[in-house]
Amino acid sequence: MSIRAKELLVLGLIAVFSLIFYVGKVSGWKAVQFSTTVSIIVILLIVLSLVWILIKTIRGSLIERRIVFLYVGIAVALPLFMSLSQKIPISPEVKAVYDSIGELPAGSKVLVSFDYDPPSAPELQPMAEAFLYYCFVRDLKVIMIGLWPQGPQQANLAIEEVFEHEDIKPKNLKYGIDYVNLGYQAGNEFVIQRLGSDIKAMFPSDYRGKPYDEIPLVKNVKNFSNIDYCFNLSSGFVGTREWVQIAVDRFGVKLGAGNTAVQAPQMYPFMRAGQLIGLLGGMSGAAEFEYLTEWTGKGTKYMLSQSFAHMIVVAFIIIGNVAFFRSGRKSRLDR
Amino acid sequence: MEHFALWIGGFLTLGIISFLYKDNPWYKLSEAIYVGISAGYWFVSLFWDNFYGKFWIGVFPPDRVNDAGELVSTGRPDYWLIIGGVLGLMMLMRLLPKIGWISRWALAFIVGATAGLWLINYFSSFIMVQIQNTVIPLFGENYGASSHVIVGNIVVAVGTFAGLVYFYFSKEHKGTFGATARVGIFFLMITFGASFGYTVMSRMSLLIGRIDFLFGDWLGMIK
Repeated sequence: MSIRAKELLVLGLIAVFSLIFYVGKVSGWKAVQFSTTVSIIVILLIVLSLVWILIKTIRGSLIERRIVFLYVGIAVALPLFMSLSQKIPISPEVKAVYDSIGELPAGSKVLVSFDYDPPSAPELQPMAEAFLYYCFVRDLKVIMIGLWPQGPQQANLAIEEVFEHEDIKPKNLKYGIDYVNLGYQAGNEFVIQRLGSDIKAMFPSDYRGKPYDEIPLVKNVKNFSNIDYCFNLSSGFVGTREWVQIAVDRFGVKLGAGNTAVQAPQMYPFMRAGQLIGLLGGMSGAAEFEYLTEWTGKGTKYMLSQSFAHMIVVAFIIIGNVAFFRSGRKSRLDR
Repeated sequence: MEHFALWIGGFLTLGIISFLYKDNPWYKLSEAIYVGISAGYWFVSLFWDNFYGKFWIGVFPPDRVNDAGELVSTGRPDYWLIIGGVLGLMMLMRLLPKIGWISRWALAFIVGATAGLWLINYFSSFIMVQIQNTVIPLFGENYGASSHVIVGNIVVAVGTFAGLVYFYFSKEHKGTFGATARVGIFFLMITFGASFGYTVMSRMSLLIGRIDFLFGDWLGMIK
């Protein structure tokens, strides 16, 4: 069979597989879940196959790069089917966010800026949901804004998810009184600058078009001095750096942040300097915050995949180094 | 419509992932759709949010009516925005090669204003505050710090000093000076390693998100 024919066969199999399971989903098939025994057997098989690859590498037979991709894919996908749980240790920076919210009296106004878009949602959306849940559990008033165009939509998705929770439903939270979404405003860091003097100038109406002065929650909120706490969910520019530079250092705002893992290391100097109260970094930060707030979200669910993927990466770093020393490239480099 | 959207999402996600096998028409199609939609989305977003939402509404504020249909107020026009509009128009002159030089004036305004704003912010946030929190007593005030804080303070002090020595290029890196610079390299390498680790975590998170979409939202195989 030619390579072309094999490729077409795989494509056809993917299409058939997808169609069968989609029809199954629509017909009400249950989700697949491995028992603990099956999960352990699967993990053992993966470990054994990695050992086999290591032995092959030591013998001088190198594997193709696509095999590495396949293993990473397996490491990410299979844990989603497993019923194993993982211990989540709490880091001080996540605890600091939790404690700082816990110290706010009921009725305090919290400004949450959603500065990200769907590509960063796997990391930041679990944080957003857990944070909003905790705010509502604590009876805090939430004002949501977005400095990224899709930010307010992410805020609405998080609100919908949180409102499904049995702890939140009985509270019967009212839009405009307990929470509000002021929408997106273009202008990046200049918007933050202006919020320090006049929030209404930047958000004359909410995302539905209702005028600022007609929204009970914010009609007496003039600027940052009327906000008790700010929380920034950020995946780039404009984001936490700009909030620290302007809102914190210029206007003295209390700021916590949730960041994608890529930019989280850049925020640690702000933590140490006290410019940031606390930081949720990447998916592990989201999982830790979910654990603390007792919100059952995707951060915790994804952490097993994250850990498996990291183990696979470490395994292939070891295998890669073995291949490096075995292939004689080191001696060539030394020369 | 929901079924259609899910299938489109699944088709495009698999198309992008197929690049891991090799470059192929499916990937190219998915990539072209992504680029096209992104460009279109940003154009529409910038037009409605910036040009219409800020400039047009600001200069020509519409009358507002309340729920009963009564005229509540007529907004005041903000004519200062016209200056911004003119600068924006000047920026577009880049599209006309013969008078493209006009765009430099608008660019000069942006560079000047941004530099002026950020000069103070950077100096305050990244220099003054950071130095203030680096130059601290190693053992805490009144020698009251716990052991892990003392170790942390020493690491910060040594790391900062050694890092600065490494970036001092007016003296040859030899002898004690060179040894200190090498310590600085170790600190830099650890920093890069931590950043790389976080980057791996971030990229894995994105992959997990897509896999969850494929097997969860699309095929319903996972909860």
